[in-house]
Amino acid sequence: MVKIMTQLMTEDGIRCDGRRLDELRNISIKVGVLKNADGSAYIEFGKNKILAGVFGPRDVHPKHMANQDSGILRCRYHMSPFSVTERKNPAPSRREIEISKVIKEALQPSVILKDYPRTVIDVFIEVLQADGGSRCAALDAASVALADAGIPMRDLVSACAAGKVADRIVLDVNNEEDQEGQADMPVALMPNVGKITLLQLDGMLKPEEFKTCMQTALVGCKRVYEIQRKALMEKYFQTGEQ
Amino acid sequence: MMDVKRRYVIPGDVIATGPLRPEQNVYQDGDRMISTCVGISEIFENSVKVIPLTGGYMPKANDLVIGKVIGTSPLSWEFDINSCFVGFLPAQDVFGRDYSPTKDELKQRLDIGDLVATRIANFDRSRDPLLTVQDRDLGKIDSGELVEISPSKVPRLIGKRGSMIQTIEMATKAIITIGQNGWIVISCEDSEGLLKAVEAVKMIDALAHTPNLTERVKSMLGVTDGENNDTIND
Repeated sequence: MVKIMTQLMTEDGIRCDGRRLDELRNISIKVGVLKNADGSAYIEFGKNKILAGVFGPRDVHPKHMANQDSGILRCRYHMSPFSVTERKNPAPSRREIEISKVIKEALQPSVILKDYPRTVIDVFIEVLQADGGSRCAALDAASVALADAGIPMRDLVSACAAGKVADRIVLDVNNEEDQEGQADMPVALMPNVGKITLLQLDGMLKPEEFKTCMQTALVGCKRVYEIQRKALMEKYFQTGEQ
Repeated sequence: MMDVKRRYVIPGDVIATGPLRPEQNVYQDGDRMISTCVGISEIFENSVKVIPLTGGYMPKANDLVIGKVIGTSPLSWEFDINSCFVGFLPAQDVFGRDYSPTKDELKQRLDIGDLVATRIANFDRSRDPLLTVQDRDLGKIDSGELVEISPSKVPRLIGKRGSMIQTIEMATKAIITIGQNGWIVISCEDSEGLLKAVEAVKMIDALAHTPNLTERVKSMLGVTDGENNDTIND
């Protein structure tokens, strides 16, 4: 165990990929990358490469899924067979079904579906390359894609993970830290509204550790929000802020 | 209207706080006015709204839209109106009150694929939009070029009190029918004028959010500046 810990982090708190404890990986977001989608986004979150496309509002098929009072949101998170080192079976796995559901539920509070009765908004997320924390990255891209599609939203959803690696709380857990670390906690936040829409925890944390972990993750979410905001501003207003 | 404050916003941005009325694309959270879409916010004396820069067409009663027939039922036509809802045009609206499904054939008047200028007679969230052709300038469109632009950019194409569209029409001698749903039919006897008009409409679609658009369109069309002139540079 000690051996792994020294590999994951040096004594002065430098992590296996050279980051400090509270440092995010490099993030870049491009808006409007898919021609045929109503809204789309491409995110590079460290080594994660993820495409998100939004279609709709449009007619619901099968019809029985339609809701007379409001629209519905459907979400599909899918990993390409080549996205991981060992070929992944393209059929939806248990994990992908779970993440699809979790992302849908994390986006739902932000999307105002009331204005579109009897319709559906489809969100498709394709992971082209995965490197830990892909659900957060996928959520970030999906939220930007929804805004790009012009779907009314209360706020963007920004997500970022925090975790415990070598007994210390770190921001934005990467793949190695996720595999070998002690805890991984993805958090999604609506920054302006101040509401958390996703909170998962894989591993064990003491109550105080949980609190610091949460604070760290929220700081990460706010930094991600700035990047999402910049990406949208660049697409629509070119020069960025007015 | 002089003290309108404009700002670029994205979903979640707080536009203003205080006792204001939220209008289109704004929602109220306590006393905060929050934008729900990417667009340009405008604060008036007692209300706030956001002009969207993206998004589909949401039907509104009295809007003129251009629809494409996608199907018929015994009593009505179904229209694609570039929205998430399907438009319905009752057969009685075209044939008159004595319409009888046994006697009259819907497809003789409007067949699948036809383009029709219609007005939305009624729409609420419980039913699909009801269309009508009972008005001047409405009905089947026989000729012209269909151009699709983003519905959120239609107001920009029309311009203040129709200034933009008048500029294009005068410079190219084209007749332009604008559907609020972003479908535009341009007809012109002169093929060069038609191409220019199409190009101008597409340019407005691409550059809708930039300032001085009227000037750019004018220079593209080769209109020299000045009041009410319709000279074309060849």
